[in-house]
Amino acid sequence: MEEDQESLKYLFQQEFSKMVAVISGLYGLQHIEIAEDIVSETFLLAAENWGLKGLPPNPTAWLYVVAKQKTLYYFRRNKIFQNKILPEIAPKTEDPEGSEELNFSEENIKDSQLRMLFAICNPAIASEAQIGLALRILCGFGIDEIAEAFLTNKETVNKRLFRAKEKLRAEKIKMELPPEKEIPARLDNVLHIIYLLFTEGYYSKTQDRILRKDLCLEALRLGVTLAEYEKTNLPKTNALLALMCFHASRFHARQTDTDPMILYEEQDESLWDQDLIRQGIHFLDLSVQGKEISSYHLEARIAYWHCNKQDTPEKWEEILDLYNRLLLINYSPSVALNRIFALYKVRGRGIALAEAEVLRLENNHFYYLLLGELYKEVDEERSRSNLKAAYSLAKTQTERQGIQEKLFLLDEARDKKGK
Amino acid sequence: MKEFMLLFRQPSYDYSNASPKEMEALGKKWKEWVSGIAAQGKLASHGPRLALEGKVLKAGGVVTDGPFVEIRERLGSFIIVKAESLEEATTLAHGCPAVDANGSVEIRPIYE
Repeated sequence: MEEDQESLKYLFQQEFSKMVAVISGLYGLQHIEIAEDIVSETFLLAAENWGLKGLPPNPTAWLYVVAKQKTLYYFRRNKIFQNKILPEIAPKTEDPEGSEELNFSEENIKDSQLRMLFAICNPAIASEAQIGLALRILCGFGIDEIAEAFLTNKETVNKRLFRAKEKLRAEKIKMELPPEKEIPARLDNVLHIIYLLFTEGYYSKTQDRILRKDLCLEALRLGVTLAEYEKTNLPKTNALLALMCFHASRFHARQTDTDPMILYEEQDESLWDQDLIRQGIHFLDLSVQGKEISSYHLEARIAYWHCNKQDTPEKWEEILDLYNRLLLINYSPSVALNRIFALYKVRGRGIALAEAEVLRLENNHFYYLLLGELYKEVDEERSRSNLKAAYSLAKTQTERQGIQEKLFLLDEARDKKGK
Repeated sequence: MKEFMLLFRQPSYDYSNASPKEMEALGKKWKEWVSGIAAQGKLASHGPRLALEGKVLKAGGVVTDGPFVEIRERLGSFIIVKAESLEEATTLAHGCPAVDANGSVEIRPIYE
């Protein structure tokens, strides 16, 4: 019984998004909520039925058949309502014909999901809502899971999703791929959402580790969907995939049962997933075929260098150069900070300190952490005061713990000198 | 924040004799200096690169060959930075490799 429920949960994650995408694909995006309802009802029925009778031999096929029946029934009834009851007054938008069969073939599922991806990433929808919708419609996440991923409550997520769906309707956004020549530009938005999904999972502030990993895997899956379709299989798509593979390769090394976050320097390299690293290199090779160098290209190369833990001068020279270029096309405080760390590795503390001091990222605990590191061995008191500033700004318990350890090491070094 | 143009003037120096290694080192110096400004979020525009050749038109329709035949320095290129004041923009200009090469940086506010 418990096993059944486990597999039902798994099936839900796997199949929810596919079914919603196919139904919306056939009947139009304005029916997305109905599609969601139908799929939810299907799963409800499955839970009741399977609880009594046990799992059917092919659960996925069972789900598809039931969803098909429910969909046909709904739209047939709806059509009667539309044609007989509201013959004149109802403005006909997309008339759900219902004559076509719902097609749950693997190919059609992929195609529908791809079109759904572009529909959701329509610039008319606010980016936070895009991520929410992507999590819900494309990844099959529950409302409470989305709320947790965003550190917010269910009502906010519900409201956000509601507004986004209204927007889909109001803007008459269709579930279709943009014209071929618009794909590269529209793809930027799609890649950005996937990137945000991934980073939300990777640097998540939530404590739920399984959720975090799921987010990353879903982002990877969507990226692969794009790479499998010829017109969206562009160098930047591959660059993003490479980037995600390299980061995901360190998943196991970043956390153990007792320690929720192990910093790069302390990671056990043997836990890095070599398969994913190889995959990443494969995508990185594919990414260099075009002329465009996107920020994903630069970030992927940086991540690639980090897959080799050895500190060689060439490595840091390369990384510094990549950060320099990244800054020019995509400035962010964290890029600026990471660049200074590379600068420190290549040019030493003095130069790095001079540049770090003018940055003044006063609300950023990573900034004070970096200053604390740079002042170490130069000015112990400044190192300490910066670490303390970092401690007071740190966002999670794990980070505070890490900073506490650094402070402790400083004390220890001082005591040794004292003796 | 206002925008300022930093114009780099350098002694006319023939880079065609410089070894690839020297050119690389020089390019790196420039890139790192610009990155330092970008790291502060103060770079507004990278500025297009100016080619070496050019012409100068003077009164009376006199055209001379290169923009730098009769002056000691030529305009290398420019970038646009964001700063609160002319003083701050001038501070940003410090460390510019053009100055190391006996050139100068001219800092001019841009009016919208």
